[in-house]
Amino acid sequence: MTRSAASSGNVRTPEDAHDRWIDVRGLQKIYRPRKSEPTHALADVDFTVRKGEFVAVVGPSGCGKTTLLKILAGLVQRSEGTVRISGVDVDGPKREVGMVFQAPTLLPWRTILENVLVPVEVQKLDRTAHRKRAVELLDMVGLGGFADKYPNELSGGMQQRAGICRALVHDPAVLLLDEPFGALDAMTREYMNVELLRIWRESRKTAVLVTHSIPEAVFLSDRVIVMTPRPGRIAEIIDIDLDRPRDLSIMASDAAGVYVERIRRYFNNSGVIN
Amino acid sequence: MASLNTAPSKPDAAPAATAAPRRRRRLDLHERPELILVPAVFVVVVLAWQFLTVPLGIKEYVLPRPTQILDAFVAQLGSPAFWSNVRVTVTEALTGFVIAAVGAILVGTFVAQVRVVERTVMPYVVAIQTIPKVAIAPLMVVWFGFGAESKIIMAAVIAFFPVLVNVIAGLKSADADKVEMLTSFGASKFQIFRMVRLPSALPFIFAGLDIGVVFSILGAIVGEFIGAKEGLGYQLLQANYNFDIPGLFAVLLALSVLGIVAHLIVRYANRRIVFWNSGDRGGAH
Ligand SMILES: Nc1ncnc2c1ncn2[C@@H]1O[C@H](COP(=O)(O)OP(=O)(O)OP(=O)(O)O)[C@@H](O)[C@H]1O
Ligand SMILES: [Mg+2]
Repeated sequence: MTRSAASSGNVRTPEDAHDRWIDVRGLQKIYRPRKSEPTHALADVDFTVRKGEFVAVVGPSGCGKTTLLKILAGLVQRSEGTVRISGVDVDGPKREVGMVFQAPTLLPWRTILENVLVPVEVQKLDRTAHRKRAVELLDMVGLGGFADKYPNELSGGMQQRAGICRALVHDPAVLLLDEPFGALDAMTREYMNVELLRIWRESRKTAVLVTHSIPEAVFLSDRVIVMTPRPGRIAEIIDIDLDRPRDLSIMASDAAGVYVERIRRYFNNSGVIN
Repeated sequence: MASLNTAPSKPDAAPAATAAPRRRRRLDLHERPELILVPAVFVVVVLAWQFLTVPLGIKEYVLPRPTQILDAFVAQLGSPAFWSNVRVTVTEALTGFVIAAVGAILVGTFVAQVRVVERTVMPYVVAIQTIPKVAIAPLMVVWFGFGAESKIIMAAVIAFFPVLVNVIAGLKSADADKVEMLTSFGASKFQIFRMVRLPSALPFIFAGLDIGVVFSILGAIVGEFIGAKEGLGYQLLQANYNFDIPGLFAVLLALSVLGIVAHLIVRYANRRIVFWNSGDRGGAH
């Protein structure tokens, strides 16, 4: 089998492909709205994510985290740079990607279960099998009794959990999460963190999570990407060397505390208080 | 959205506890005095009308008293000719309305899909909307004759535009977030239309239908004014020629009842179909 050379000219080995499962190089994003000034949202963003890796992105509000995720999801056009997932250029939405949006974005005319099944319907997957999976996912996030309710009967946090089920229902290989737990209380949030880790571990997904919570980033990730204020650049990528599988007690460890402090310093230095 | 667990499941929320609605009504009167004021104004006006026309020397054949109108109306209810006229007018109006609604939804959907078409068509829609469409009634009678066709077409023409404008506005009202969410899962344009744009447009479409259904009665009546041998418009003109002013008012009363019933039916359908919309949103006019 002959392997075509990547556009950069490098011949990619299988290990390389595995290590660069998500491959972002020289990414720039400038929004040019018709009626207002352009916004330089992302500047010179370079990073890779290994297959099956869990990466968190933290950074001050407005630094382009959502923009970055939407570019990975193929929803927003980049201005410059290359973005590849599993070796394929991202030029539009892909089926192997599941996205959890910053706002729950449920359809008010569909029940919670029907909302969770939206990707199944869109991608014309087997309905009965996925229905069972959807019910299991709803049970897992504590919405078992709400499958037949409508979104306006649920709190914001409950809607957000339904949004997480929707991103998981078609079992995507890549999971993009934009502050999925922002609307949850601390207890539910910790529970959801643990469940997310379990799903990620069992289904071997590649996950990119945007979060405002530094402890959450440390607890979940293999690596944390710290971003600067706008235009968002990568300040540092920090390897989180904590044993897996993890449970919440690990957050009481000194090692975790050191990571949290180290990331927090960036925020304090840049004068952005969360 | 305070108590989540006790929230009734939306579609069949009918059987409610007895205590809660009573408390809510009392609260409503405090916040919405119009619930009392609207019927109060009606009663005052009708009483004044009843008891002041004679002292003020207003002739009965100019303005009959409410009791006389009611008598005439009740008399009509017993008359087969009246019911036959009701049936004629309702059939014309409804047929015209259905043609207008289906046509406006189809045309509006097509127009809203293609930007070039929309940009080209909209100036004409706006221009045509400013024409007083009752003015074309005589022409319709010339073209389509004295039968039901000219009335149906009048009803359809008048009801068409409010529905069309709302269909177009509604189909463009979908949240960008919802469209983006579906896009992220790989939805096709048609899937986005069916799963987001159309449901988002429904509150607007119903607002248009609500106006359209009342307009369609207007259209049928105007058509009958120009030339007809049956229908409520015809009966109204007959009462006029015969100087039967209470009879004329009785037909007016019948027409308002028809209009109100049509409006309530559309509103009921809206509540059932657009159940997720609490009615505080949507609707361009
Ligand atoms: N569609 C758009 N058009 C124009 N500017 C945009 C658009 N979307 C985002 N921006 C701008 O790009 C910058 C980055 O936005 P983005 O939503 O990616 O930030 P964020 O890091 O996700 O912020 P937060 O943490 O508050 O969610 C902001 O200044 C924002 O105003
Ligand atoms: Mg964001």
